[in-house]
Order: sequence, then C-alpha cells, then structure tokens
Amino acid sequence: MTNAVHIKNLDFSYKGSSQKLINNLSLHIQKGDRFGIFGPNGAGKTTLMNLVTGLLPYSSGSIQLLGNEIKSNRNKIKKFFGFVPQDFSFYQELSPAENMEFFGAWAGLNKQQIQQRIDELLTILSLTHVRNTPVKNFSGGMKRRVNLAIAVMHEPEILFLDEPTVGVDVQTRYAIIGYLKSLNEKGTTLVYTSHHLKEAEDLCNTVAMIDEGNIIVHDSLKNLLKDYKQDGLEGLFLNLTGRAYRD
Amino acid sequence: MFKLWSTIQKDFRILTRDKVGLTLMFLMPVVLAIVIASVQNSTFELVNENKIPLLIYNKDKKVVSLELEKALDKVGMFNISKINTLKDGDDIKNHINTKDALVAVVIPENYSDEVLRKAKNVSRKALKDLDIPKDSVASVADTSMNIILYYHPVLQQSFRKSIDGGLQSALQVVQSKYIVQSLYKYINDENIPDSLENQIISNQTPVQQIAVSKGGTHGIPNATQHNVPAWTIFAMFFIVISLGSSVVREKLSGSIIRLRTLPTHFGISIISKEITYITVTILQAIVIFSIGKWLFPKMGLPALNIPHDVGALFLVTLICGWCAASFAICIGVFANTQEQANGFGAVSIVLLAAVGGLLVPSFAMPSSFQFIMRLSPLHWCLEAYYGLFLEEGNLKDIFTNIIPLLIITILLQFLAWYGLKRKNLI
Repeated sequence: MTNAVHIKNLDFSYKGSSQKLINNLSLHIQKGDRFGIFGPNGAGKTTLMNLVTGLLPYSSGSIQLLGNEIKSNRNKIKKFFGFVPQDFSFYQELSPAENMEFFGAWAGLNKQQIQQRIDELLTILSLTHVRNTPVKNFSGGMKRRVNLAIAVMHEPEILFLDEPTVGVDVQTRYAIIGYLKSLNEKGTTLVYTSHHLKEAEDLCNTVAMIDEGNIIVHDSLKNLLKDYKQDGLEGLFLNLTGRAYRD
Repeated sequence: MFKLWSTIQKDFRILTRDKVGLTLMFLMPVVLAIVIASVQNSTFELVNENKIPLLIYNKDKKVVSLELEKALDKVGMFNISKINTLKDGDDIKNHINTKDALVAVVIPENYSDEVLRKAKNVSRKALKDLDIPKDSVASVADTSMNIILYYHPVLQQSFRKSIDGGLQSALQVVQSKYIVQSLYKYINDENIPDSLENQIISNQTPVQQIAVSKGGTHGIPNATQHNVPAWTIFAMFFIVISLGSSVVREKLSGSIIRLRTLPTHFGISIISKEITYITVTILQAIVIFSIGKWLFPKMGLPALNIPHDVGALFLVTLICGWCAASFAICIGVFANTQEQANGFGAVSIVLLAAVGGLLVPSFAMPSSFQFIMRLSPLHWCLEAYYGLFLEEGNLKDIFTNIIPLLIITILLQFLAWYGLKRKNLI
C-alpha cells in the first residue's frame, strides 16, 4: 500500500545556521490516516509541515507524497494536497465566494467545478448567508471555516492542517472536527498539528511526537496510551516531553 | 488564461474596495494638476495680463521724468500707481510690505536736468568726432545719478530680471529721445519735427515669437500644456503606494503560503498586478487629460490640446504605465513592511520627479545632474509626452525617448524577478 506521506532521513537547517531543525527524521503516514503530529514549542512541527508542503526546500533526505518525490515533482504534488495554515490565508477584502473562486482557479478547477464546490462547501460550513460579505467583517470562527473551505476546494487526497481550530468557540470547533472526520471517511488523509490535545484525541487515530527535530514516538493513539499507561494524550505528551519550558 | 483572468478579477475587486487608495490614485493628481496649472497660469497672467503693480515716487516731476512715467506705462508689464508725497522715509517700504505694490521706482530730483545734460554731452562728443564745430556748446561733465528700484522679497530672480529689463527699456527710450533731439538741434539749429522724432525713436525691428513645433503649427504652449502631462506621470508613478503595499501585503499575509502550495506559478500574480495597475494608469491619464480638455476651460484655465497622434499618445501612456507598475512591484518585492514600501516609494517618486524635470525644467538642471536625470524613468516619460503635447510630434519623433524608457522598464522587471527568486517566492 502506498503511503500518503513518506519521509526518509530528512535533515533541515536554515541557510547560514548550523543548528539542525530537522535531524535525520523518518516518518510514514498511511493513506486514510487521521494523523496527528505533536510536540512542544520549537520542536519542529511547523518546519516539518512547511517541508512536506514544499514551502521550504530540503537538501538532504527524501519526502514523497503518494509516491512522488516533492523535489522533482513540485507542481504535480501540489494537486494532491490541501493546506490549512495556522494564519488566515485568504484576502480579507473579498467574500468567501470570491476567495474560493480565485483559489479554486489557482488549484486548477474550471469555472463550473468552482461554482459547484462553492455552493457545496458554503452550505456544509454554514456560510451561505455571508456568501458575498467581505471576510474582514467575519468572526474568528467564520474565518476559520473559510480557511478550511478554500483548502478543500480541489478535493485533495491529503489535507495538512496546522492548528485549524485555534481561537474558535466550542461550537465551531465541533463543526470543524466533524467536517474533517467526514472528509476522512470519504478517503482524505488528514495530517494535523495542534496544541489542543483533547481535540486531537477526538480526531486522530495515529500519532507522532516530535522533539528537537526528530520523531520520538510514532504509533496508533490506542497503542501509545496503552504502552505508556496514560489515559489521555495530554498525559502522554508530558510524559514524553517533560514539564520544562521550551520557549 | 483562466487562472490569469481570475487573478486579474481578484486584483480589481481588492483595488476597487480600497477607497483610500483609489482617492490617492485619482483625486490627488487631479487636484495637483488643477492647483499647479492654476498657480502657473496666474503667474503667466501676472506678467502678461494682470501686470505687476508698480509704485512710482517722482521727486523730479519735470518733463523728462514725466516722459519716463509714460514710457514705463508703455512697456505694458506694469500697473502703475503714483505717490506724490512721502509721509516718512519708510512710506515706500510700508507700501511694499503691505503688498500694495511689488515694485517701487524712485525718480530722483533733477533727473530731467541730468538726462538733458547727458544728452547734450553725448551730442557734443558725437559732433566733435564728426569735426562739426560747435564752439558755443560748452563741455559738461558726466555725473552719475541713480534711479532706485525697491522690490518685495517674494519676487523671484527671474521676475526681477524682467522688471529690470522693462525699466531699462523705458529709460533707454527716454534718454535716446533727448539725445536725438539734442543732436538734431545742434546740427539743424531747430527743433526736431515730432513725426521724425517718433520715427527715429519707435522704429524698432519688431520681434515675432514662433514656437518651434514638429507638427508645423505655431501655438504657444500654456501652463496646462506643461503641467497636465507632468502631473499625469507623477500620478502614474504614485501607484507605488497602492501597488507596492499590495505586493508587500501579499508577501506578508497568509495568502502567499496558500498561493505557493497551489499548482500555479506565482509569476501569474505579478503579471496580474501589472495588468491591473497598467489599466489604472491608463484610466488616470484618461481622467486627467479629460479634465484638462473639458473642465479646465470652465475654470478659466487654458484647455489642454490633445496631440494629433492619438495612437502615439496611447502607446506612451501604456509604456509609462508599465514602467510605473514595474517600479512599484520592484519596491514591493524588496520592501519588508508596508511602511517601508510607502515611505521609500513616495520619497523616491518625489526625488525621481525632481531629478527627472517634473518640478524644475530639465534644461535648467545643473550639468552635474544631467546624467542622474537620464536615469529617472519619469524624465523619459515627460520627454515623450512633451514631444507629443508641446512639440506636436508623432511616434517617430519620440522614439528616442521610448527606447530608454523601455530599457529601464525591462531592468526593473528583471530586478523584481530576481528579488522574488532570492526571497524564494518563485
């Protein structure tokens, strides 16, 4: 079975810096997984996310998405995945429909497909009533939903999510997690990072802990909780990464 | 093509929702063009129509000084008022300080006697050179006597030079008249007939002013014709505030992350911005030229004459717009914050306008600035526009201005792409 993501002996450091942010990291994520990557601040989660989405170039090691090496298939692999960055990644002056129209075109959809997806997604994410309102007037929760809607416009096979529910109320969080689960049921692989471990426990079936640029554990959530005799992800996290500040 | 079209649509939507940016791009240059053209036009009228207020204090009040007053009036550039007595020594200065008059002339006592004495002296010397004996004429020593010219310090040097020229011309007429009278009387022992005197004094070779245009017409350029193209170029390049910020915003906002993870080249975004803002610059030119042509006459300003080669006008506008957009994108690519883009963008445009000849005529630039002037894209834009608006040339005539402009534009394009590449954005 092809892995959704396959990382082998990956090293990364910023130009001019001798400090390795990713240190000989290897990891595979199976197709259809709801995969969570967790770690303390500065552990390398966002750097890893930027590497697998092609935002950062790597010089050593290998990253494959659905069997395609990123470095040599940059444009091809962009069609396979969607990305929900932690920051709002859209134009605040535009409405949700206008944002989706633009990003849909950039994702390679035609006019008809774009209109169909806009109607579907605005309905699913309860944004139909603000379809033509500039996003800058929205609440944080609505903006998060727009951020997610744009990322799934082209129905990607892999969806990378970097703290997709940060700063939203409980209702919105449940709605977003519910939608992500429904996407996963239809076959989308989810790769998720968050500091919200209760939410992660609810969403993820496989977990990797990252610290100092390397994976320290990687298994199904069930097995990890059993192996480390913990009843929740928060306990497991503290057990593996300690209680000292990491800022 | 669909991706580019969608991106252009996006850029236009964002642009049209930026009310402040639109105001800055359209209203500011219109206001500038109206204000500067009005100011320059009133300066023109001050000299040519309204006349400079001139105060005369004639201490002499004899025939020659009265002739001088008339001659000053005939010069045509002064609106003369006279004071007969001074309340105190500072009276003239007070008049000037309150701007009742910008210039005052004080004719000294015995001015008439001095002029007459000088005329006799000159005649005697002339006759002696010709060996015509006139023993009865006694030799008179030359004396010096000053006419004092007071002026308000607001008057610029060029104005003072013209006023001085006018005054010298009047003095020359009066003094020449009395020399001619004196000579005639010595030679003929009778007064010169009025008709002959007028003929001698006023028989100057007339000067006809002809503007050298490439189009063959000889219209004299007015303040509108000079200012409207200049401020249109200024407005075009001022899109740096909106476009430079837009590029920085895109770089700094999360949208760049999304764009870079989608299967479309980021260059599309830059091309779209260029197309959008070139369209804006063309619209700016249309609006400002239309105001110059149709609104200016209703405001009492001279109307803008649109060049006969409209195709060349469109091409120049297009290339100026492309250059302005390339410059703004370049600023946006290299600036790290919107403040940097706005600050550097605005200051650089003012500097480039200054060295490019928009604020000071290029012919008046010091020779050390001539090279720097040629590096300013605004200079080549202005030269191309002036070739059409002032010289009434066609595309062939302004070709030498378009080529450097295109070279600068292509260099700016390369610089922007290099910046994007260096910042790992493409």
